[in-house]
Amino acid sequence: MATARVAEPSGSLGEVKEWGLDREDLLGIYRNMLTTRSIEERGHILYKQGKIPGSFYTGRGNEGASVGVATAMGPEDVGTPLHRDMGVHITRGVEPWRIFANYMARIDGLAHGRDGNVHMADDHLGLIAMVSHLPAMLPVAVGCALAFRIREEKRVSVGWFGEGSSSRGDTHEAMNFAGVRRLPVVFICDNNQWAYSTPTHLEYAVEHLADRAQAYGFEGVVVDGTDVLAVHREAKRAIEKARDGGGPTLIECLTLRMEGHAVHDDAFYVPKELFERWAEKDPIERYRVWLHENADFSDAEEEEIKLSVKKHLNDALERADQSPLPHPESLTVGVYADPEELDTPHHK
Amino acid sequence: MTYLQAISDGLRQEMRRDKRVFVIGEDVGVYGGAFKVTLGFQEEFGPWRVLDAPLSETAILGGATGAAMMGMRPVAEMQFADFISCGWDHLVTVAAKQHWRAGSPVPITVRLPSGGGFSGGPFHSQNPESSFAHIPGLKCVCPSTPADAKGLLIAAIQDPNPVLFFEHKHLYRRIKGEVPDERYTVPIGKARIHREGEDVTVVTWGAMVYTADEAATQLGDLSVEIVDLRTILPWDKEAVLTSVRKTSKLLVLHEDTHTGGFGAEIAATVAEQAFEDLDAPIKRLTAPDTPVPFAPVLEQAFIPQVSDVVAALRELAEY
Repeated sequence: MATARVAEPSGSLGEVKEWGLDREDLLGIYRNMLTTRSIEERGHILYKQGKIPGSFYTGRGNEGASVGVATAMGPEDVGTPLHRDMGVHITRGVEPWRIFANYMARIDGLAHGRDGNVHMADDHLGLIAMVSHLPAMLPVAVGCALAFRIREEKRVSVGWFGEGSSSRGDTHEAMNFAGVRRLPVVFICDNNQWAYSTPTHLEYAVEHLADRAQAYGFEGVVVDGTDVLAVHREAKRAIEKARDGGGPTLIECLTLRMEGHAVHDDAFYVPKELFERWAEKDPIERYRVWLHENADFSDAEEEEIKLSVKKHLNDALERADQSPLPHPESLTVGVYADPEELDTPHHK
Repeated sequence: MTYLQAISDGLRQEMRRDKRVFVIGEDVGVYGGAFKVTLGFQEEFGPWRVLDAPLSETAILGGATGAAMMGMRPVAEMQFADFISCGWDHLVTVAAKQHWRAGSPVPITVRLPSGGGFSGGPFHSQNPESSFAHIPGLKCVCPSTPADAKGLLIAAIQDPNPVLFFEHKHLYRRIKGEVPDERYTVPIGKARIHREGEDVTVVTWGAMVYTADEAATQLGDLSVEIVDLRTILPWDKEAVLTSVRKTSKLLVLHEDTHTGGFGAEIAATVAEQAFEDLDAPIKRLTAPDTPVPFAPVLEQAFIPQVSDVVAALRELAEY
């Protein structure tokens, strides 16, 4: 039986403003979503040019969910975004040239050539680099929240996972512990309906994954992940509740993974009509229309943003391409941290 | 004070000194831990610094990792070292690799009551240190004396890396020794010469130090040097090589099973770097490649006994 609350779609400009977004913020969201998609589109080109070693993953279709949640986070909040959440890195302020450098295994990538794709994060921006064992990041996010709770700080941690990750024990342990201790953590499920080739009905038997929240003693919410403002509203509500001592929330953002699992995968197993149906709900297009209809978004403004994103990424790509590859001799450096590295704002 | 009291003492001192240090584990709070290492801690430090966790090793170790990244100094207790298998990912996949690939230090200490000798059976007796010694990014500490237990625990908590602290259960209340009252550290990666000798070297750690010592005492006519490694990742190669160059004969002794045990690494290193100093083939004395048994008679056959060490040393001496 479904117990999660199903969130309303985004409303008028007036309602959006109640959740703390002014017009400048709204345009910023559009810019971030566009930047997110454009980076990944260019990543595809780089991959085809042979400039990206290994494989290549994108989050096409998840731009609204990732940017929506990240926009709701406070500057001191932290999170563990995954490989469909480029929008979180962009919204938190990671410079695109460093992302391109990371794709190309260059020294100026956030992982300095030691790890690829979106296995990267800038911890100065409150983000923690993901591992491939995706649900493993949830207990880490809970641990961040535990530190905030022990120190009685008004900070919140956001942990991301997918519907595939929901099947693993890490997810259960993280949510149970967070619920027991009412920790300031918000769980975001990027439910894009396909875990590689596995559909949702082979992954879980409940109606909504967010229904599981009730079993852990907190609220579950299902939101249309293509509706960036609805995602923002639900994330904001959950984050502020956690900040005020109200404990965790599980938000399930429903989207469709609009490409294969990775660049090698043509997603032949996804019904064509499903792609067509969800293409009509494209999060960027949907938001663009909303801005025109609700926020006096002019064609000139739209054009200006598109051009500036394009130019920004052109420059970023050029800069990234100048970044050197890591030196083989650097391989063994940094397996262990030195004591002075703990002399950071986090660790004092 | 006992080995167990020394661990409590070190942990308590560090918690008093540094409010970032907290304890998390199963039954560590009200109950004081399965072995009572944290008895009375919750009264002194409160429920948010001595956290009773749900039965969730993954949440305990993953949570400790996240809290450490946020500037805390978690000391996570596995109720028995055996249960660390449930939290493998968080140590090996996240904590061990985070600094190398993402530049974030993960200063966590994991306390692991390990070892057999009292019919704990296959799941309450293991010595899993060798598995973790294979993981770049972790440190593995295995103290044998009360003074080392305290000093190494404080060093582990201070260390900016994930440190696994293997405390041998069979030493908890059996072994007593002088322990300084003040706070001090014992450096991670430095061996200790437990007993000086001329004829043969025994390299070992943890409870086997005492087994080796008793064997050496029984062999009055043979001069045995016992090197207590104290930590196996990193391990003190120089101390081992120096001793082997002096005695020319080496017995590697550990309670863990044989194949791929850390003794193999020691033997290989000595063979590579001190081959010409050896007067006999290197000998390994370990548990056999089986799970740890329950019946006392089987367990005695599993854990290297004093008589086994005596026989191995005689064999080496007579080579």
